[in-house]
Amino acid sequence: MTITQTDTAVLAVDGLRKIYNEGTDQANMAIDRVSFLVEKGEFVCIVGPSGAGKTTLLRCISGLAAPSAGSIAFEGEPLDSVPEQLGLVFQDYSRSLYPWFTNGKNVALPLAARGVPKSERAQRVTQALTSVGLGHVEKKYPWELSGGMQQRVAIARSLSYRPELLLMDEPFASVDAQTRFDLEDLILKVRRELGITVVLVTHDIDEAIYLSDRIVVLSKNPSVVKEVVTVPLGAERSQVETRSSETFLELRSHLLSLVMPNDD
Amino acid sequence: MSRLTTSAVPTERTKVPASTEARRRFGRIATVLWLPALLVVLWWVVSANSTSPFFPPLADILAETWNQWVVFGAWPNATSSLQNLFFGYVLGVTIGIVGGSLLWRYEHVRIATNPLIYFLYVLPAPALLPAMIAIFGIGDMRQIALIALGSIWPTLLNTLDGMRGIDAVKFDTARALRLGGWRTYFTLVLPGAAPQIAAGLRASLTVGIILVVVSEMVAAQSGIGYFILQAQAEFAIKKMWTGILVLALIGTLLNYLFMFVERIALRWYYRSRALGGS
Repeated sequence: MTITQTDTAVLAVDGLRKIYNEGTDQANMAIDRVSFLVEKGEFVCIVGPSGAGKTTLLRCISGLAAPSAGSIAFEGEPLDSVPEQLGLVFQDYSRSLYPWFTNGKNVALPLAARGVPKSERAQRVTQALTSVGLGHVEKKYPWELSGGMQQRVAIARSLSYRPELLLMDEPFASVDAQTRFDLEDLILKVRRELGITVVLVTHDIDEAIYLSDRIVVLSKNPSVVKEVVTVPLGAERSQVETRSSETFLELRSHLLSLVMPNDD
Repeated sequence: MSRLTTSAVPTERTKVPASTEARRRFGRIATVLWLPALLVVLWWVVSANSTSPFFPPLADILAETWNQWVVFGAWPNATSSLQNLFFGYVLGVTIGIVGGSLLWRYEHVRIATNPLIYFLYVLPAPALLPAMIAIFGIGDMRQIALIALGSIWPTLLNTLDGMRGIDAVKFDTARALRLGGWRTYFTLVLPGAAPQIAAGLRASLTVGIILVVVSEMVAAQSGIGYFILQAQAEFAIKKMWTGILVLALIGTLLNYLFMFVERIALRWYYRSRALGGS
C-alpha cells in the first residue's frame, strides 16, 4: 500500500501498534503495524476474525486509547483526544445512552458541550432524530424504545453536531436481523444525505461488503492489515439485489478465504 | 422502507372501569396496612384493662399524648429536635456527597484515607458524645455536629460506591461526546450514582434520627429525647410513652417523605427497572 494522499485523507493511520500491559510479562500485542487511509466521503469497513484487535483499533483511531507506536492523523492533525469533528457509535446502545435523560436530552448533550445556544439546540435535536427516522421520541426515555430505535437515537446523537467522520463499533451487532437490514440502509441513506465519511468495524463480512467502498481486512492477533479490498458495487445498493449479485458473491468468497482461520 | 421490528414498545394502558380501579387501589392499601392495623388493635385490646404502671392502656397513652404535646405544649421539643436533625442531616450528607465525589475523583486520596474512613465508619457516633460536649459545649451546635458526623458515612460510602460502579462505556461515551469534566460530573457521574446515593441518604436519615434522640438524652434542655428521659426520671411512665409515640410518628413520616421524594427524583430508575430495561 502506497501512501500518497496523506494530506487529503480524513483519516491516516500509519504503522499503528497497540500493546496492552506494555513492559510487563503479561504484555499483549493487540495490533501491529496497521496502516490505511480513509478519504473524504468514503465508507470503509474494518473486518477481521473474532479476537483480532478490531475494537482496539477503533479505540485508537477515535482517540479514546493512545497507541503504543505509529501515528494517526485526523484531517491532517495528529490525534491526542477525541476530535471535535468525530462521531462515535458504540455497539451496545443500552450502555452508551444515558437512561436518566430523555432521548432529546441525550441527543442535545454533545450540542450543549459544544456551546450551541439553547434556542438552536431544540431544532438541531429534532433534525438529528428526524434524519434517522425517529419523529416523536424526544420526550420519551431510551428504555421505552425498542433496541433498533435506541441505536438510532445513539446514531442521531453522533450526527447532531455534524461530524466529518462517523466511527462505528459493531453498531448493529445487538439488534435482530431484520432491524439490522433497516439500520444498514439507514446509515447508507444518512451517509448519502450528509456526505459524511464512515468507518465501521464489523465481524460480519456480508454487512461489510453491502456497506463499504473499501474493506480493510485484519489478520488474527496481533493484527496486521492483510488486504484492502475495493468493493465495486456502485453507490446505490439494495438488500435483495446487491446481496445476490455476482460481484457480491465473489467478494464474499474472497473475503471469507481471507478471514477464515488455517488459511495462509 | 418497511420497518417490521422497530416499532415502539406499547406504553398506553388499557382502560379499566373506575370501580375496578378503586377496588385495586383499596387492595393495595389493605396489603400494606393490615398487619400494622391488626397490631394496633391488638395493643388496644390487650392493654385495655392493664393496671401495670409500665404498660398503661393505649387509650390512656393517646389521651395523654394529646394532653402533653398539644394542651400542655410540649411540641417545642419536637420542633427543636426536627430543627437539629435538619441542619445536622443536611450538613452531613452534603459533606458525604462532596467527600464521596472527591474520593472517587482522586484515587490517591482514596487509598490514603481508606483506613481512616472505615475506622470512623465503624466507630459508633454516640461514643463521641462526651468529646463533642467538651468541644462544642452544651447546646444545639453540639447536637448538630454529632448528627452531621454520624450521617456523613452512609452517604459518603454509597456515593463513592455508586460512582465507581458506573459502566466504563458511559465514560467512553462522555469522552467521545467531549462533555468535559464538570459536564461529565453533572450529566453522568451524579445521575449515574443517584440510585445508590439515595440509598445512602436514606441510611443517613435513619442514623440521624437515632443521633437526635441520643444526643438529647445527654446534657440537653430540650428535644424529644430529653422529654422521654425526663418523663422516665419523674416516673411519669405514661408521659414517657407519649414521647416514644411522637418520635415513632416523626420517624415514620420522615421515612415516607423521603420515599416520596425519591420516587419522584429517580422516576427514570424505577420506571426503567419496571420495564426490565437498563
